Amino acid sequence: MPAEVAPPIGMLAELTHRCPLHCPYCSNPLELVRRTDELTTDDWRSVLTQARDLGVLQVHLSGGEPLARNDLPAIAGHAARLGCYVNLVTSGLGLTEQRMATFADRGVSHVQLSVQAADSVLADRIAGTRAHQHKLAAAAVIRNAGLPLTVNAVLHRANHDQLAGLIELAERLGADRLELANTQYYGWGLVNRAALMPTTVQLAAAVPVVRAARARLAGRMEIVYVVADYHEEYPKPCMHGWGARQLTVAPNGDVLPCPAASVIPTLRMDNVTRRPLADIWYRSESFMAFRGTDWMREPCRSCPRRDTDHGGCRCQAYLLTGDAANTDPVCSLSPEHGVVAAILAGGSASVEFTMRGPA
Amino acid sequence: MIASGSRPRLRRGVRLGYDKVRDRHVMMFPEGVLVLNETAADIVARCDGAATVTEITDALAAAYLGVRYTEVVDVLTRLADRRMIEVADDAG
Repeated sequence: MPAEVAPPIGMLAELTHRCPLHCPYCSNPLELVRRTDELTTDDWRSVLTQARDLGVLQVHLSGGEPLARNDLPAIAGHAARLGCYVNLVTSGLGLTEQRMATFADRGVSHVQLSVQAADSVLADRIAGTRAHQHKLAAAAVIRNAGLPLTVNAVLHRANHDQLAGLIELAERLGADRLELANTQYYGWGLVNRAALMPTTVQLAAAVPVVRAARARLAGRMEIVYVVADYHEEYPKPCMHGWGARQLTVAPNGDVLPCPAASVIPTLRMDNVTRRPLADIWYRSESFMAFRGTDWMREPCRSCPRRDTDHGGCRCQAYLLTGDAANTDPVCSLSPEHGVVAAILAGGSASVEFTMRGPA
Repeated sequence: MIASGSRPRLRRGVRLGYDKVRDRHVMMFPEGVLVLNETAADIVARCDGAATVTEITDALAAAYLGVRYTEVVDVLTRLADRRMIEVADDAG
């Protein structure tokens, strides 16, 4: 284990897996937590208090759709009173002017609103429901409440050609920031990988579009554009290291080092209703498993990049090689990189989406 | 570009806070948190959109020995690069 474990900075609070949308790229696990297994309001208050005492300063209230919980104002208010920066991550469905005013009043710092495409026909097809018009209304409500707005669009083969339109949409919605992030292949996103994987033509076409928009919108709207790691030479520095800065609390109270970590069957997850959060962060088997560099094998162990990308993503290593302690096969230095190369080579057939199921 | 007459302020969505766990001031923003050293925290606390960089430097120089204009500009430039502060420029 590393000599010194730093306190966590951020917490992803997955308040519920319930969601009115059925996006095929959803990163929620295939086994969704049912409503009856969700933490109570008091549980969440306790989690937030413990998290702040532990060092958490940023709380992302997410899901599923966090607005599906009627106690969201109480939860958000508690986090804000503790001094946390509260980020509401929402689809916007159900975000009325009145509810938004309550959240602003309770101290929500920032809202991240998802959009699925630039036009309502495609957007509603991807969401699996009539969502797009509600999102346009939600953006206005957020701006009227005076809160900073990030628009987030997950990119994939079905909407990548609308990149310019998505940028114009975010501009029209008055976003301070736009995140254009290619699908990461976890949960439902992995199930739908063949249908979601963008083509090399799409990725190449995106580069000048993003560059021109950044130049045009400099100082007005920040544009974050993230290519899927499958296409990169080196893996993403997942979570900035396992158990290094972030933790995730699932709707049922399971505490995860990474939002996707429940896919690794050898990891036993602790639950915050049965073990104090600080004890889980500093001493649990799951958080210790891949902390630091001692767990690494070659080629990571002797790699000069080991402290830069931390061996990549443990969940991806498990999903694509069957062993979470392997080098992330996205890395060009991985002996199993051929797995990723084969996926990229074979990924342009037209395939139907498997829509995300209900919680 | 940070100039002597620039009037820096926190960008929308950026907050300055104090973290009792780390005993440090922090800047919190949509994508993350930046833990500040004492000098940076003192500079940021004066970024109210009214004070110029010269005025901020003078105020800090009055409070501490050895705070230089270049140091203040350096800190502000790095924060501007990370989109945490913005400046309303003023030629005067």
